[in-house]
Amino acid sequence: MKDLHTLFRTSLAGLRVLVLMTLVLGVAYPLAITGIAQATMPWHADGSLVTADGSHTTDRGDAVGSAIVGQVVDDERLFQPRPSAAGDGYDLLSTYGSNLGPLSPELVTTIEERKAEVAEREGVDASAVPADAVTASASGLDPHISTAYAALQVPRVARLTGLDQDEVRRLVEDHTDGRTLGVLGEPHVNVLTLDAAVLAALG
Amino acid sequence: MSDVLPALGQVLLLVAALAVAVPFLGRYLAHLYTSPTHLRVESAAYRVLRLDPEADQHWRTYTVSLLGFSLVSILALFGLGRLQQHLPLSLGFSALPSDGAWNTAVSFVTNTNWQWYSGEVTVGHLMQMSGLSVQNFVSAAVGMAAAAAFARGLARSQRDGRVGNFWSDLVRGVLRVLLPGAVVSALLLVALGAIQNLSGTSPVRTLTGGNQQLTGGPVASQEAIKQLGTNGGGFYNVNSAHPFENPTALSNLLQVFLMLVIPFAMAWAFGLIVRDRRQGVAILSVMALLLGASIALMTWSEMAGPGLAPHAAGAAMEGKEVRFGEAGSALFGAVTTGTSTGAVNSMHDSLTAPGGGVAIFNMMLGEIAPGGTGSGLYGMLMLAIVTVFLCGLMVGRTPEYLGKKIGQREIVLVALYVLTTPVLVLCGAAVALTAGDGLAGLQESGPHGLSEALYAVTSASNNNGSAFGGLTSGTPFWNTLLGVLMLVGRFLPMIFVLALAGRFASQQQAPPSAGTLPTHRPLFVALLSGVALVVVGLTYVPVLALGPIVESLS
Repeated sequence: MKDLHTLFRTSLAGLRVLVLMTLVLGVAYPLAITGIAQATMPWHADGSLVTADGSHTTDRGDAVGSAIVGQVVDDERLFQPRPSAAGDGYDLLSTYGSNLGPLSPELVTTIEERKAEVAEREGVDASAVPADAVTASASGLDPHISTAYAALQVPRVARLTGLDQDEVRRLVEDHTDGRTLGVLGEPHVNVLTLDAAVLAALG
Repeated sequence: MSDVLPALGQVLLLVAALAVAVPFLGRYLAHLYTSPTHLRVESAAYRVLRLDPEADQHWRTYTVSLLGFSLVSILALFGLGRLQQHLPLSLGFSALPSDGAWNTAVSFVTNTNWQWYSGEVTVGHLMQMSGLSVQNFVSAAVGMAAAAAFARGLARSQRDGRVGNFWSDLVRGVLRVLLPGAVVSALLLVALGAIQNLSGTSPVRTLTGGNQQLTGGPVASQEAIKQLGTNGGGFYNVNSAHPFENPTALSNLLQVFLMLVIPFAMAWAFGLIVRDRRQGVAILSVMALLLGASIALMTWSEMAGPGLAPHAAGAAMEGKEVRFGEAGSALFGAVTTGTSTGAVNSMHDSLTAPGGGVAIFNMMLGEIAPGGTGSGLYGMLMLAIVTVFLCGLMVGRTPEYLGKKIGQREIVLVALYVLTTPVLVLCGAAVALTAGDGLAGLQESGPHGLSEALYAVTSASNNNGSAFGGLTSGTPFWNTLLGVLMLVGRFLPMIFVLALAGRFASQQQAPPSAGTLPTHRPLFVALLSGVALVVVGLTYVPVLALGPIVESLS
């Protein structure tokens, strides 16, 4: 009984603490961070939006997307992103990885199908298709492809756009980032900004 | 695709950053949990709150304060979830169902952050900021407080069961460590590309003329404390794999660093609180040893890519992001399960079989390598006491740890602590695998289906929060079961820890004798690592054999 009474009394004290904590941590802190971020780094804070000519914007009306979020590329002349398990593809309202296990027969079949599809599209042997081209990313929003997958797509993009292969290869290089500090992550190519550059080169 | 040298390089970079930060933060924490002086703003807060921060609480009072605060937190969060549709900034989302609100309330208060829901379509900005984020702070501070009370109990003698003041531990942990740390790391995350705004969802016209709905939210501010407080509950469904949460390889390393820095620093602080730095270093070494082994094993497995699907694709890239690669994903995966964070930057359900096995094993160890913000330290100290007890039995002397005798009452409390989580995990798994509602949630059949269920109950009971995401857990059955596991798995062991702290605080400090086992030498580090692996690991071998082990061998 005595313990129950103490529990009730300390719960009231706990409630007072929680209210104060909520004001500081749940209102002041996020709003202060939002204020500082919006004042000093508005482009990043609003989602790294880019326009069709590749310039930065914070207005969703002017943007063609976020430089850090992949999107469906509905143009066979352009570089294609990875498969996505987010909704019908690159859906920010249902971000998802397939979550299929390493022995899943369903996943193995899907991978084989994607491999055949990519090989046919690029006119290469199935064994030349890199892993990121046939696997869904964790977020379903992966904005990047590997340098191998970008290189694989260069001849097709050049052929279908009429651009010179060297020109396309140069654009790929412009939109490739290496490992940060030489050790972090993997070299990667940004599909959205690359495709925007390809379209710009077409005039 | 990952190369070996960069994979080693990222670990070296991490070790270097921790080597600088941990002793510094450890000293700061030791001071914070032992100093009698309050900051002016703290004194003002205590006056407003009508709390006495000077009272040296008996362990019972300390425990009741901790439980009372947590109880109120659960009720408040449950209420916020049920009333969400009436809140500002709710983005039009409706109330959480009662089983879901229960699960989420318990999940965030217990520092688990298991999420049955998709943040982007379930939880509005106010609930994220003022409900979930607040618990990210305070649940971490509660864990640190319990660990600090235990360390003080060991350092004191003849203090009649008094272990310190819960309220001042809580307020100091939040105000002097977590809040400043979160402010700095939130701004760093924004600088690297994490978003921080109060916008809702609206469409953009994509490059090729399609429609894409872009989401907004105060993401970086939540992300920072989510990692620093070893919470792990993502703003979005895919957690730290989402580019808005974790945009680059550098932000990825920052997040890994944030998960590790407080748990390791608590071990350092422990040594200083018991006035023997070497004791803290020994505990820290065991944590680092076990974590290092699991990082190595998971990195090897993800880079080698065993299994049918990785073979078909050429690498284990299913459920991984290109910017992180296999090595950056494996590092994060080992750290998030070695700590009690449970954030993910890759889909653990799609990890290779040995990689997924390492994640489950890390959690089964009780998350002591290096564990949660405070739970890692007290979990490891419990095993240290088991170790001196076993060694005492071998040489036939009364075991003691840091001058405190491990008598019958003490070892009973330790045994109860060590047994609680395995009982929860194994009974929870048995219930889930025999109930139709439990089986209905599994995505896959066979060993991988077992792994999905086992992962869920292990994650909940150990307050981790990561998942094999193929499991459909947003059902009344899973929400209720996992809620109970999280609640009992957090607070019952904590009560045993605080009771033991009280007993140690009452005891006299015995001077070391010829029969005392030195607990700061490499021999003890090896013994403790062995005990952690054998005593805890072997509990689970039968069930592991049916899941991840049989998967690895097939």
